[in-house]
Amino acid sequence: MIFLAKITIGLKEGMLDPEALAIRHALGNLGFATEELRTKKLFLVRFDAADAREAEEKAKGMCERLLANPVIHHFEVEVHR
Amino acid sequence: MRFAVIQFGGSNCDRDAHYVLSDICGVDCDLVWYKDRLSRPYDAVILPGGFSYGDYLRAGAIAARTPVMKEVTAHAEKGGLVLGICNGAQILAESGLVPGVFTINAYPKFICRKVHLRVETTDSPFTSRYKSGDVLQIPIAHKEGRYVIPEDQLSELNERGQIAFRFCDESGNLTPESNPNGALEHITGVLNKNRNVLAMMPHPERASEEILSSDDGKKIFLSMISHIEHAKGVTC
Repeated sequence: MIFLAKITIGLKEGMLDPEALAIRHALGNLGFATEELRTKKLFLVRFDAADAREAEEKAKGMCERLLANPVIHHFEVEVHR
Repeated sequence: MRFAVIQFGGSNCDRDAHYVLSDICGVDCDLVWYKDRLSRPYDAVILPGGFSYGDYLRAGAIAARTPVMKEVTAHAEKGGLVLGICNGAQILAESGLVPGVFTINAYPKFICRKVHLRVETTDSPFTSRYKSGDVLQIPIAHKEGRYVIPEDQLSELNERGQIAFRFCDESGNLTPESNPNGALEHITGVLNKNRNVLAMMPHPERASEEILSSDDGKKIFLSMISHIEHAKGVTC
């Protein structure tokens, strides 16, 4: 059965996010005052799995082994049919 | 004695490292395409600088998962020397061969300039020819070189003397201005626990001849060569 995993990778709380600071600064230049801005990466991955539980396990494995670096990132996984 | 310089798609300092080892230091050195793997025994493996896989995902992340890196890991586990320079350092951190991570600079731009480093330990196969506290002038060229490691692992690094180099000013002081990428505690060279793997962001192969204004990096390669000669002498 084919599942779609939505995998979101973000920096752990307290980690410096230099890209976010630069983007926030640029938004300020355009007149958009912001209180906070964080960057995240979203991966949409379609793959075969026996059931939702296996799909979630596979998606977590992708994060642990490649998509995220555990030193600085946390990840969230959602799987859909 | 034989060195290998591994070339990934996007490596661009591979020939410089090969030139310094073969022409300046006078040792046998192979350029090894990563798909060809380590087909013969090597005393030392160099992972050169560049932009393997276009720095996609994170610098070094994809190269770290290539089959040749399993062989590099096995080489390191047997006590073989591994030196990762710039992108090579990022690959070593992504492989888990050294602790921590080299991530995007505090001010997120590419920095290419000469900097100063302080030698923090001479107790390694890479730094034995220096004196502790020596200040070296070696260039950096990176956008993802800010060293980060969790607090508990940082104290372990300090206690074990696994920090090889820190950014400093020309007198060896750790001032905020002398830390070009915002690295944690100015760290820019890290050893593994067994001290046979070194990951460093600065480029010693670009500072190995006086004609290039500094040969301060050459002793890293000479230290490795001395270490290998000594090890061979002992085992013969």
